Amino acid sequence: MRLTNTIYKLSLIFLFACVCSISKAQEKGDVLIKNGTVLTITKGTLENTDVLIRDGKISKIGKGLKAPSGAREIDATGKYVMPGIIDAHSHIALSSINEATSPVTAEVWTGDALDPLDVSIYRALAGGVTISHALHGSANAIGGQSETIKHRYGTLDMDGLRMEGAPRTIKFALGENPTRVHGERSGIVPKTRMGVEAVFRSSFSEAKQYMEKWDTYNSAKGKKDFKGSAPEYNLRLETLADILRGNIVVHCHSYRADEIYMLMQVFKDFGIKKLVFQHVNEGFKVAPELAEFGAMASVFADWWDYKFEVYYSTAYNAAILTKNGVVTSINSDSGELIRHLYHEAAKTQKYGGLSDEEALKLITINPAKQLGIEDRVGSLEEGKDGDVAIFSAHPLSIYTVPLYTIVDGVVEFDRENDPADMRLYPDPEETIDVTLHEREDEDRCMDINDANYLLTDK
Amino acid sequence: MKQMKNIILTLTGVFCVLLSYGQNAKATKGTFALTNATIVTVTSDTIKNGTLIIADGKIADLGKVSVPAGAKTIDCKGLFVFPGMIESGARLGLVEVGSDPRTRDYNEVGDVIPQMQALTAVNPNSVLIPVTRVSGVTTSLAVPTGGLFSGTAALINLHGYTPDQMYAGFEGVVLNFPITGKRGRWDRRSEEEIKKDAEKALEKLNDVWGKAEAYSKIDSAIVAGKAASKLDYYPEMETLAPVVRGEKTLLIEVNAANDIKAAIEWVKDKDLKVVFTGVSEGWRLAEELAEAEIPVVTGPVLDIPNRGYDKYDRSYSNAGIMHKAGVTVAIRTNDAENVRNLPYNAGFAATYGLGKEEALKAITIIPAKLFGVDDQLGSLEKGKSATLFITDGDPFEPKTQVKYVFINGWNIPMESRQTKLYEEFLDRSPGLKK
Repeated sequence: MRLTNTIYKLSLIFLFACVCSISKAQEKGDVLIKNGTVLTITKGTLENTDVLIRDGKISKIGKGLKAPSGAREIDATGKYVMPGIIDAHSHIALSSINEATSPVTAEVWTGDALDPLDVSIYRALAGGVTISHALHGSANAIGGQSETIKHRYGTLDMDGLRMEGAPRTIKFALGENPTRVHGERSGIVPKTRMGVEAVFRSSFSEAKQYMEKWDTYNSAKGKKDFKGSAPEYNLRLETLADILRGNIVVHCHSYRADEIYMLMQVFKDFGIKKLVFQHVNEGFKVAPELAEFGAMASVFADWWDYKFEVYYSTAYNAAILTKNGVVTSINSDSGELIRHLYHEAAKTQKYGGLSDEEALKLITINPAKQLGIEDRVGSLEEGKDGDVAIFSAHPLSIYTVPLYTIVDGVVEFDRENDPADMRLYPDPEETIDVTLHEREDEDRCMDINDANYLLTDK
Repeated sequence: MKQMKNIILTLTGVFCVLLSYGQNAKATKGTFALTNATIVTVTSDTIKNGTLIIADGKIADLGKVSVPAGAKTIDCKGLFVFPGMIESGARLGLVEVGSDPRTRDYNEVGDVIPQMQALTAVNPNSVLIPVTRVSGVTTSLAVPTGGLFSGTAALINLHGYTPDQMYAGFEGVVLNFPITGKRGRWDRRSEEEIKKDAEKALEKLNDVWGKAEAYSKIDSAIVAGKAASKLDYYPEMETLAPVVRGEKTLLIEVNAANDIKAAIEWVKDKDLKVVFTGVSEGWRLAEELAEAEIPVVTGPVLDIPNRGYDKYDRSYSNAGIMHKAGVTVAIRTNDAENVRNLPYNAGFAATYGLGKEEALKAITIIPAKLFGVDDQLGSLEKGKSATLFITDGDPFEPKTQVKYVFINGWNIPMESRQTKLYEEFLDRSPGLKK
């Protein structure tokens, strides 16, 4: 009995080792996509056109291209080829999300908690999504730093998921979540929207003092007869200082127009420019102000009413923002919605009549701009990353089916050859009858009675 | 002349302001003729370039018919007429703001409380209702949740000022079939505890059911004059008695494969009017469901698979797999504020195996039949209720616009708080500068 047990364990370890050895972190591939309708996003729609990816980059878009030896060829006749979809707000591939222990936790980073084994990554790929923004939760006014990941499913190594070179980002949060978690639950500031503003102003003021101390020290330390020691290093203040220096893009969870306006005033006072509002359900009410500031907006297509601060929402939000000149994206914040962002984007045609091009930008080049990666992804252009999604019909049609999803020239999803079980790390002790009875988007984001990690967002 | 023009312009402006800031538009009733329309009847052939007459709240006639005198004509050239979409299970009307318990009226205290009536808790003035109906969803089943017998669900039409004005003619008792697996990812109970709890729950169900059967027998005997005594007041038994006798529908919420199997077993020897709801793993037992001739209401379709090892598109393909096996399938959103996404849930099911035609039936005639209201709802036929919507295209395609909605012959205003916010803020005044 014991022997079989040992054999069983050994074989598991062996299996694990095998999977590790075929780990494909940073793998780059060669693919030739033939004769598709190519939705470039930035350069119009090209009929019967080929897209050649070499060594993970788009090397050529044109007609009659020849496949280099060893390249995989995909016949896209009658199919639609678009850039890989980008989700500017997600919590997939994270083993923890919310460091809900203080109103300010700028020192933590979701990049330390990446979970490459999360099957949600594959499910997102099956919806044409190649990049997501693994955001910290919204419990704190100033939350943690976040990671932009590429969906290189199959790697067992956290580093394999990171989109190398993507700018640093950090999560902020306004309204009910930080006031509920800290004010209501722990009796500390912020309990109101006044308190939320005060947290920002005091944090940035402290960070400024911290920067000045270091500046004074750095300029004095080289001088003769210098006496004294370096100021104490503080990672939280270092991070805030980096925001002041413009090195980090702020992504702020927000709902109401007044609080959105407030944060823009605070940022103006501190000279901070890189600002993306997340959810921003009432962004439509201050669309001209958002456009003037240059703040961007990452919104839901139609989620509303799950809490009081989104009761006065409208599904026309994305259209109003777009028509007012705000760079807008549609995000998921959910392991379910992320699977059909193309459909969520299509809803902006019902709610506000956006054109095909405007609607597709909401899930490609616009979120790329919001993450600061638009020079590499978000459109099909020569020289950009080989991140591509191929659909059976126009991606804004309800009848479309994602067929292939390619990341860095590697085919990560292929519907025709899709095995049923795509888990990387099956649990031999898993209970067969496990079933989820609540929709993930209802539970995961709103429940505060359980562990902190439940408080992800929304 | 110029002055006159100015006055007219000003007056027009004032009128427009009054219109947009005045009270909510009201529905209107009368005789309507929808002309030159493509009429998708659902139950028989689609009529091209036809006319549909609405009078006294009913479909007075349809086809190549002439317009009666005095009818308001709506030219539907290039437009399509469909029967109103029916949501087969939601909390619409029973909740206003999801996170606020003071606005949640779908989950009463108690385990065996079938006597709790969803219909009386429906708020006819909920902001969510206009948001839903302008998308063509005209009818919705308001379902209580929680416990073993949660209460009595009620079918409502999404127009009216009292629950009675909204009532669409169907009530069903909700049973949450005992769950033998984990309840979700946060369920920390051990295997043994889960098994024990499940056994206890099934025991309790059988115990309650036994009592209901006994109550029903005594009650029937009294009614038949064979027994003289009067029964004590047991509201839950009074509600269950017609269910036990197969007169009233039992809606059994059941999702995991093992539970579906157990539920099929449980209903087998009972002569019940039964519908399984949820049925998210129906694809695992499609043959068994078909053989047992149990119809299902499934959804949401736009959901993740139940299990980590399931194929990614199981929730999309579930309805199609069951249909192909011969199961009667209706589709629900199980939502509250976003019941308006019902056509998209049906659309995804259509794309992943159910097909367009069946998917449309799954949100029209099939639920109408399951709820026994197909003499009124679910298709466009002469004599049925004029509960319908008119679009400029395929109702499942996101870019399609819903142009008109009629509920029981009432021409519904195409506005909701969401459309009003759009009108006010698209081109805000003042803009950046006041």
